[in-house]
Formats: sequence, C-alpha cells, structure tokens
Amino acid sequence: MSERVDLAPTTAAPPAGRGRRLLDRYGPPALVVVFTIAVWELIIRVFDVPTYIWSPPSLIAQTMKEDFTDLLSHSAVTLKETIVGFAFAVILGLAFGLLLHFSTWAKRALYPLLIASQSIPTVVLAPVFVLVLGFGIWPKVAVVALFCFFPIVVSTIDGLMGVDREYVRMMLTLDATRIGIFRRVEFPAALPQIFTGTRVAATYAAIGAVFGEWAGSEAGLGWQMLQAKGRLDTALVFADIVFITVMALGLFAIVSLVERLTIPWARKGGVT
Amino acid sequence: MTSPPAATTTAAIELRGVRHRFGDVAALADVTFTIGRHERLGIVGPSGCGKSTLLSAIAGLIEPTGGTVSIEEAVTARDRLRRCALMPQRDLLLPWRTAIDNAAIALENRGLKRSQARELTRPLFERFGLAEFEERTPAELSGGMRQRVAFLRTLMAEKDVLLLDEPFAALDSITRSGMQEWLLSALEQEPRTALLVTHDVDEALLLTHRVIVMSARPGRIVTTLETDLPRDRPRREIVTSPEFASLKESALEALEL
Repeated sequence: MSERVDLAPTTAAPPAGRGRRLLDRYGPPALVVVFTIAVWELIIRVFDVPTYIWSPPSLIAQTMKEDFTDLLSHSAVTLKETIVGFAFAVILGLAFGLLLHFSTWAKRALYPLLIASQSIPTVVLAPVFVLVLGFGIWPKVAVVALFCFFPIVVSTIDGLMGVDREYVRMMLTLDATRIGIFRRVEFPAALPQIFTGTRVAATYAAIGAVFGEWAGSEAGLGWQMLQAKGRLDTALVFADIVFITVMALGLFAIVSLVERLTIPWARKGGVT
Repeated sequence: MTSPPAATTTAAIELRGVRHRFGDVAALADVTFTIGRHERLGIVGPSGCGKSTLLSAIAGLIEPTGGTVSIEEAVTARDRLRRCALMPQRDLLLPWRTAIDNAAIALENRGLKRSQARELTRPLFERFGLAEFEERTPAELSGGMRQRVAFLRTLMAEKDVLLLDEPFAALDSITRSGMQEWLLSALEQEPRTALLVTHDVDEALLLTHRVIVMSARPGRIVTTLETDLPRDRPRREIVTSPEFASLKESALEALEL
C-alpha cells in the first residue's frame, strides 16, 4: 500500500477492524498456550516419558473425546455444586457486607474476626462438612460458599467504605435519608469493587467443589480424578483438570458479562 | 431593565461569633454577619482561611465549636441542613445517572418516583437551554456543562438558601467567564439567598451584592464591600468599568495582594 500520510488531525484511532482488535487482545496469550502445548508434547515424545507419569496433550485430547459423555455427566454434578455454592456466597457475602456497613457495632465486633478467620485453611474443613452434612451436595456447597464468601464480603465492605465522603455530604444537603444515600450513591459506587471480588470468587468456586468431592463423594469431576489416579489413568486426570478449568473460566466470564451489563459506566471512571 | 431582586433587610442567614477549631488548629475566629433574603453574599479569602469550614458550619454538616448560626430561624445543625442546598467545587455528578436524573436526585430523595422527578426537572433544562443534554451521561459532558447540571441539581432541591463552594474553581478561565454570566442570569431568574465562596475576586464582585474579605487562618472578616454594580450589562462591560476596578482594588488591598 502506498498511502500518503494524512496531515489532517485525526482524533480517533485508525479504524481497526473488530477482528484485528480481537487478535491484538487474544493473539499473544493464545500463542503462548499453543507453544506450551507443543513443547509439552515434544518433550514427552523425545524423552519417551511413560504416559501414566505424564500424559502428552494428544493423549489427553483423545481421552477427552473417548470419555466425553462420562466427563460431561461428572461435570454436571460439579457444576451444580459450584453454582449453588457460589450463589450462597454471593447472597451471604452481600448480606454480611451490608450488615457490617450499616451497623458500627457489628463492624467493630465482626470485621477483625472475619479477617482472622481467613487464617483457617478452608480445605481442612471439608472433611468436617462431610461428617456434619453427609455425602450429598451440601458439604460441597458449603466448601464452595466458604471459599467464595471472603473475597465477596471484603470487597463489599471496602467498596462501601471507599465511597468519597463528598458525595455523602452533597446528598445530605439534598434531603437524602440514610437509605437514599445507600441506594443512590453508596451501593452503585461500590459495585465495581464488589464485582472485582465476585470475579475472584468465581475463579475459586470450581476448585472449592473439587476439594469438597475429595473429602467424600460418589460423583463429580473431583471424584473422577481420584478414581482415575487410582487406576494410573493420568490422561483422565488431566482431562478432569481441563474440564475444571473451563468451568472456572466460564463462571468468570459470566460474572464479567453481568458486570459489563450492570455497570457500563464503570469503565469511564467511578466514584471511589 | 430587569432590576436585580431587592435584597431585603430580613436576615435569612445569621452568624454570631462563629468560631471553629480542628484540634489545636483554629480555623475560624469570631465570624459575624447576616445575609438578607435573596441577597447574594460573596466570601473571598486566601486558601486555608476557613471558607469551606464556614460553609459546612452554615449548612449544618458540622456544628461550629463556638457561636451560633441560624438559617430562617433554624438553629440546630439538623434543621439548617434541611433549609439549604450545597453546590460543591467538584460537580459530583453520579456517572451512572444521566444529566437529568442527576439534577432530579433531590426530588427522588424526597420520595418521588424517578419518572415524576424527571418530569418536574425537565422544564428547568429547557429554560436553561440544556434540553438536548438531558440524556447525556456526565462522561459525555464538558466541565462547564457538568457544573450547569450540578447547579440545576442544587436548584431542584427547592431550598431558599444556596451555598456555592468555589463552583467554578476547576474550570479554565474562558469557560469560567461563560459560567459566571450564566450563573448570574440563572440567579436573576431564580432568586435565592446565596452564599458564594471563592478565591476569585472578580467572580465574587461580579456575582454578589456584597463581598466579605477574610484573612488567612484563623479566618476572620477583614472588610466588607458593597458591590452595587449594574448587572444588566454584559460581563465584559461590568468587569472593565471604573466602579469594578475600584472595588477590585479595595478587595485586593484587603487581601494584601
């Protein structure tokens, strides 16, 4: 192309196509993934590593294809635990965050405990949940909810605390009640941060369900992993990992989508 | 000729010996003045003279350490808060609301539905030539436009007392000149008791009936200037008139500039 340089000032960026922008954004990480898979495959072939120790991507792909219906049915179990647990975490996290925001007493009493409770490794509680709640869906839901609760509650509290006091003062001179200030200023202003915490929680959720299944279960991707490990079916273990990862990414993508639809203004500058 | 609304002698705002301390720092020392109904009073002073503290005290956002403030007989902070509307230096428009929904927020705060609040706000947008900006978000508005919306929001609070805290300080000087003219005509149309805090001497002289000059911390009144300038002329003519120049000289002298 022999385009002359245009001397007229251009305010907008040159009209890059949608495809071009997608490529700019997703191209580099995709390249890294492809490269990693290739090197992985190559190393196993060159050094002739036994597939039960470390499976090559080609074998994992083949396993995923052969055991697809099986993987899918176990995914359904894990997905249900993940979604229900995550939903509990969102509801309880928001409710708890609001309680601490509105009650100074509750905040003074509970906030330090909340932070301290994070030093309890959630994973070790999984067997306790199994003892208390049995082998059904509920101990897994409890682990997922516990995993996801903390980032949501902390981002809710911090988001609400971080609202610029000037807005509150302004609202006070405009006849706002406490609830009015919360509804019209504090909560929308805190939403970007609440979503940040929720997105983090979304990535934890599927892992929580797997931990729950490891502590005792009869189905699910975590259970399938344990079975496959016992049979030295390493490729299936990897296949499970792929499915869990996809699930985590999917939940993350859904939360991101909801975020973009709920707070389109946030990318243009917020209020905190 | 549209004469400016007569500033009556009945006091709308009355301050008696107002003092305020932040810990060991004296912010205000013995401030006493009254503002008549629909009078516009300007306060100029250097940074840190306690102008913003004074506004907060009058608005009832804080209770001063000493002295009394009353607005239309209301003396408690809570009652004062109910009688005045504060326009802050930053426009503080909410980015998730359109211009008209921002301006209507006081009505919603009082329990009106959003649709009702919008309908009541719409005429004001039309009257002030902002009709085409109603549905824009703050991010889509220029600095001057945002301040106009912020001012309409203050008007929609339907308070008789407006407290303007350096409303145009964040604007460039050309935009600011336009905004001063706009605000002047808006206040002539919608007369209110107004207290304008600024560190722009021209702005205070131009927009208000009387200007109080304050000293640096602790803030106290140095002098008071009556600014009976004819306001039915373009801003350009007012600010270049000999009367304006002599008032400005007095103000600058009081500020020790």
